[in-house]
Amino acid sequence: MNSHYKTSKGLHLNYSLITRRIEEGAKVLDLGCGSGVLLKMLKDKKHIYGNGIEIAQNEVIQCLEKGLSVIQGNIDDGLKQFKDKSYDYVILNQTLQSTYNPDYVLEEMLRVGKKCIVSFPNFAYWRVRFNFFFTGNMPKSKVLPFEWYNTPNIHLLTIKDFFEFSKAHNINILECIYTTRAHIRKGLHYSMFANFFAEEAIFIISKD
Amino acid sequence: MLNLENNVGFVSTKYYNIEDKIKFESGVEFGPVTVAYETYGKLNEKGDNAILVIHALTGDAHAAGYRTENDKKPGWWDDLIGPSKAFDTDKYFVICSNILGGCSGTTGPSSINPETKKPYGIDFPVFTIEDTVKVIKKLLDYLNVKSLYSVAGGSMGGMQAIQFVISYPEFVKSAILIATTSRLSPQAIAFNAVGRNSIISDPAWNNGDYYDKPIKPDRGLSNARMIGHITYLCEEAMYNKFGRRLQNKNHYDFNFDIDFQVESYLQHQGQIFVDRFDANSYLYITKAVDYFDPADKYGSLTNAFKDTVAKFLIISFDSDWLFPSSQSKEIVSSLMNLGKDVSYCEIKSPCGHDAFLLEYEVQSKIIKSFLNEHINEVENEQSL
Repeated sequence: MNSHYKTSKGLHLNYSLITRRIEEGAKVLDLGCGSGVLLKMLKDKKHIYGNGIEIAQNEVIQCLEKGLSVIQGNIDDGLKQFKDKSYDYVILNQTLQSTYNPDYVLEEMLRVGKKCIVSFPNFAYWRVRFNFFFTGNMPKSKVLPFEWYNTPNIHLLTIKDFFEFSKAHNINILECIYTTRAHIRKGLHYSMFANFFAEEAIFIISKD
Repeated sequence: MLNLENNVGFVSTKYYNIEDKIKFESGVEFGPVTVAYETYGKLNEKGDNAILVIHALTGDAHAAGYRTENDKKPGWWDDLIGPSKAFDTDKYFVICSNILGGCSGTTGPSSINPETKKPYGIDFPVFTIEDTVKVIKKLLDYLNVKSLYSVAGGSMGGMQAIQFVISYPEFVKSAILIATTSRLSPQAIAFNAVGRNSIISDPAWNNGDYYDKPIKPDRGLSNARMIGHITYLCEEAMYNKFGRRLQNKNHYDFNFDIDFQVESYLQHQGQIFVDRFDANSYLYITKAVDYFDPADKYGSLTNAFKDTVAKFLIISFDSDWLFPSSQSKEIVSSLMNLGKDVSYCEIKSPCGHDAFLLEYEVQSKIIKSFLNEHINEVENEQSL
């Protein structure tokens, strides 16, 4: 599913930001793990015990080639087979916006993971706003290259939306990282500034 | 001319005699047992590059290659076994044996009882999947296999692969379970029961004592096979294969002869089956399949798998209703909960349960990725 969100430079930044935050030997579940690049990085650098879930068969095969443990499945169906708090981290990297039931997926992640890492492109990013404002078309950009009728990104959201969602669902925000092409910022509270300037956000969240 | 490219070539079935009695799960001690088997590729010095492939309900030891120039078809898993194929015989030593109780070379109810000099018939003891696996392990020891690089099987072969990993957890490095289950659904048991009933109610079955009689329970056995074939297909596969087309005619005949192609197909499958299979073997083997239930035997599936060290690859097919994906997922879940290394693929196919013998291209890709990665890992360990 990572292919739904296209930026090679951004992805690598993203992967290393996530990798840095995961402890040595942690148990990690990567939802929508794609071809397994992040999982492989975590395995090599942090010696994690990791599993991936991926819907696309060709991506599953690429994971197998990397020697990863991968389950072909649809995360929209939930994580029924996983026990409560059975993973140190559940990761949903650049996939939230293409799930059918983001609220259910988040709820399931928070049930299974002691901590969850969620990243998504910020739809309130100024370039997106300007694009929409001036062209009157559904915004397209390097990271969101699709047309309205074929985009897999059916539930686009903003940093502000995610803060409001977390508050309404009693989700603890442990850390948030805002990235643009050149900068990385951190914060714990909603900032209008970040919502305007961040191209992408990574949230580390938990729920008791 | 046979196409021998990427093929293991000409092979012959070999036989191994186990002289010692084997203790069956039922408590009965049974022997001697002869095992029919074939091997492809070479065992390395360490004896750790062997892959055991296990056949399904009515298969045999002839998994790959040809026996003679006149063979119409190669072995049953020839698409996957051979040089550069998924089970690459340039790298691995591939072994396949006929199941205990079968009728293609391994001792079964049609074999001669050395004590009475007559076929066992229903004096053959009832055995379980655990017993069939015990026999295979003896063969592997005889062949000097020190550990299995992988064990792979589809359908009933997958059940035996499951049992093999449970019985000999330290011996197996990886397991590939295809279109299989850790226990049959009541629906699947029901179909087996009707099949058995069809054999037993054929007067020619004669309580299993028919080997020297002019008429064999062919009718019962072929009906059992017809029922089986319905379960190996699915609605879509039947539409694709036959639709409602008539067999060599344009109109109904208004009698009880064969009208539809599907009828003709089933009848043909039934007829050719009786030439190669024994009715008593069918009874015994389906019974073993029905009994198989490690979750019940070990308390839970999780408990059954707890000592395994193998890496698992589980494959199911979305149109398979006999061994549905949900049953594969159950195995996946229990392995995940144990923190075992497990991967799972659900292949889209319109072929029903039969898919595991037909959809070889995508299976090859998946199995190859899984096995190749695995061998790299072993090599890395050695170089460290």
